[in-house]
Formats: sequence, structure tokens, C-alpha cells
Amino acid sequence: MDLSANESKTLIDVKDISFSYGPIKVLQDVTFPIQRGDFLAIIGPNGSGKTTLIKIILGLLKPSKGKVWILGKPAEEFDDWRKIGYVPQKATHIDPFFPASAREVVAMEFLARNKFPRLTKREEDLCIEKALKQVGMEHFKNWRIGGLSGGQQQRVFIARAIVNEPHILFLDEPTTGVDSETQEHFYDMLDTLNKKEGITIVLITHDTGIVNKHVTQVACLNQRLVYHGTHAEFCRAGAFKDMLAGHHLISHRH
Amino acid sequence: MEAFLTYGFLQRALLAGIFVAMACALLGVFLILRRDAMIGHGLAHVTFAGVALGLFLKIIPLSMALVIAVLAALGIMKLKEKAGIYGDTAIAIFSSVGLALGILLATLAHSFNVDLFSYLFGDILAIEASEVWLSIGLAVIVVFIVILNYHKFMYMTFDQEAAKASGIKVGRLDILLTILTAVTIVLGMKVVGILLVSALVVIPAAAGLQLASNFKQAIILSSIIAFVSVLLGLILAFYLDFPASGTIVILSFLLFGLFFIFKRR
Repeated sequence: MDLSANESKTLIDVKDISFSYGPIKVLQDVTFPIQRGDFLAIIGPNGSGKTTLIKIILGLLKPSKGKVWILGKPAEEFDDWRKIGYVPQKATHIDPFFPASAREVVAMEFLARNKFPRLTKREEDLCIEKALKQVGMEHFKNWRIGGLSGGQQQRVFIARAIVNEPHILFLDEPTTGVDSETQEHFYDMLDTLNKKEGITIVLITHDTGIVNKHVTQVACLNQRLVYHGTHAEFCRAGAFKDMLAGHHLISHRH
Repeated sequence: MEAFLTYGFLQRALLAGIFVAMACALLGVFLILRRDAMIGHGLAHVTFAGVALGLFLKIIPLSMALVIAVLAALGIMKLKEKAGIYGDTAIAIFSSVGLALGILLATLAHSFNVDLFSYLFGDILAIEASEVWLSIGLAVIVVFIVILNYHKFMYMTFDQEAAKASGIKVGRLDILLTILTAVTIVLGMKVVGILLVSALVVIPAAAGLQLASNFKQAIILSSIIAFVSVLLGLILAFYLDFPASGTIVILSFLLFGLFFIFKRR
């Protein structure tokens, strides 16, 4: 991964984003940066706009107000989506009978966009296997995706999301329906990706308990950004309680 | 087999049939997994209007059918997207209106005759040399485009949202796949007829999906089943004096059954 010093520290800048589904306000005036190397957890109650926010960042939804800057470019002009990895919310999007092997799932992302210069078949295979290895799924490459356990499927989806060596990886509630022991391994793996591979990680989660050990930054969302800052500050500030109590205070602590 | 080497019409039927059936099977895999299996059935009925219009205007029915099928396919897509109508409802509307238009036009053209029936039930053995080359040419183009976009189509079929997020132009590819489907249905109509063409799209692909453990296998198995069904179907039809369309479809169904049983064991 290229992490040269002259590259800007801010990977993604969310500026004053608002979004509504018809009359229902989902997000209001959300502003925060995502810095290179962050391990950021976006937390908040159901319907607080977490998934919507990520979808706006990824260009899947258009904000009604505000702008997102990705790697220094306005989102609507940004086109190098290979630099952004995404693992969507599980369960909602998977057909358990789909005839794709784990390897093919990773290949979809890797080969769907034409590569220049073209790689040989052997080089392609190596890249795909490397991604599977990074998530510890190299021995399952020929398994049908529906035949794997929930946790294993998630690993394959992460392999898919990192196969193009992105700068940043978004995960939407990745551990839903995964038992707690598997979750622990799962977060360890994310830790490795974050620290060793230098991939910035943004994670939507309900589970404030387990992320405590891993994340460096927390963004607390409840329509508005209630808190954004380091994890340590977050624990001290008791911002989560404020949020639940309905205080819409925006505080930035860095 | 001697007859297949001597009779030109048998060779033509075999060539066109195999190419078209394999294109149908290839698209069928994507359509089934997109929960769009019935679109073949719906478009085939709309094609009837195209054929009748061709006979009415005295333009080559196949060309009219192509135009009408592509327009209807895009219409179904738009109706689904913009009007918030369920896919199967949109297909039902288009297929019945297509059929109704076809009946009106055919009556106006006084062409309720053998010609029209050959489109309904298929008459591959009567396929003309020019149609053979058109069919093969188009089938090859369809297969080529699908192979060119293989990973994109697979990605958006499997996980539309992730595909979008990775920058794949899912909307445009949807239109492309829809047009390819319409073209393939019209070609398939020449082989087994309007009433049976959806069988060519659905049955070999459904059979292939029974046993496949990955996507590539699904594609290859489905194509092989399509190939075998047409080959054996035409041979049997010729020697037993059966209608080719029915024989091909029943054979592909028997293969589906075989795969189904094999999978359960």
C-alpha cells in the first residue's frame, strides 16, 4: 500500500450532509473527516442514519444537502471506486443457493473492472488468493458461498472488498448473526488489516462492547452527529448516554 | 446419422438450433438467478405481435419481431422501475397485450395460416439458409457480449449493491442484458416457437444449476444440456417423425429430471 507522506491525511471529508426519505429526515448537517489509518466505529440506535450515511459516502445515494469529498475529489467526480472497499449489510443481499465459489466471489470484484495493463491468468489468481489468505479463507476457495458459515461468508466478502488493495474499507454491521468467539477473531483480523496493511476501517455497529478493544475513533449518530472523536474520550464523555437521552450536541474531540 | 450428412435442411436446423439454444441457456442462468425467469415467456408472447406485424406489413417477420421484442423488454424494465409495478405483473401486462395485438393484426392481415402456426409451434426444419446465418450470427454476438461482461453480470446478479459501490454501471448493464434477452428470445422462437421458447431459456439453465458448485460450472453445464437437447431432439424428431420443438423441450426436461434425481442421491 502506498502511504507516501505527501498524500493528504484526510481520506474522506463529509461536509454538512443532510438526507431525507420523502418527509422523513434521516440525516441532518453531518460533518466529519475520516483520516488515514483510522479504525472508526459509527454507532447509533436503529434508524439513526448509519447505513444511509455510508451509502451517501459510497455514492449509492445522493444527499439532499452537503457534499462528500473522497481522496480530495468531490464524490460525483470520483471514479476510482477500487480504492474504496465495501462490505454491505449481510442477510439482506445474499442468495444462499447462488452457484458461486468463494474464489468467484472475490474474482467478481477483481475482474469486473478492466485492468490496465492486463494481468495474466496466473497474476490474477495470485491476487485473488492473496486476498483470501489475508482473511484466512484460502482453504475454502472452491467452496460454494452458501455452503459456508455466516462468519466465513463475511470473511469472503472482506476478501472481495480488499482484493483491489483499497485505502479504506467500509463494513455495515459485519458481525450480525456471528457467535461471539468468531466475532473476536473477526475483529482481530480487522485489526491486522488496519495496523499491518494500513487500511483505514469504518465500521457500522450496534455492538459497542466488543469494538471497545479495537477502534480508535467513534462517531455517534442519531440523525445528527452527536459525537465524533477518539474512543478514549468517548468513554469519558459519556456521549452515548447523551445521545440516548436525545441531546443533539455535536462535539468534536480529537 | 447418414441423413444428417446428406440433407441440407437437417444440417441447417442443427447448426442454428445448437447455437441459439446455447445462447438461450447462457442467458437463462443469469435470468433465473435474477428471479427473472418468466421474462422469456412474456417476451415470446410479445414477439407474436411482432411476427403478425411483419406479416401484415409484408416485412420479414423475424426483423419486426426483433424490434418489438427489444422495445417490449425495455418497456417491462421501465414499468418495473418507474411505475413501481412488480416484475411479474409488468411481464403479464406486456405478454397479454402483445398476444392481443398479435391476434388483431393477424386477423387484419388474413394470415391465420400455416405461416403463423409455424411461429407459434416452431418449425426449425423449415429454417431457410439466410435465417440460419442471421440466427448463428446474432447468437454468437450475444454469447460474445455476455462473455465480455461475464464478471460484471455475475457481480450485479449476485450482489447488486456491492457491484454499484464498486463503480459498475449497473443501470446500463441491466439494459444491455435486457436487450440481449429480447434478441435471444426471438432467435429461440425460430427454433421451438413462441409457445416453447421460454423452455429453452429456463430448463437447461435450471438443470445446470442443480449440479453446479460454481458459476462457471453452471454456465458450462447449461450449455452442454442445451447442446445435447437440440442434437438428440432433432435426431429423434427426424427418425420418429415427431415435431422437433416438442421433442427438444421434452428431452431437456428429462435431462433436468435426471440431474434433479442425481442431486438428491
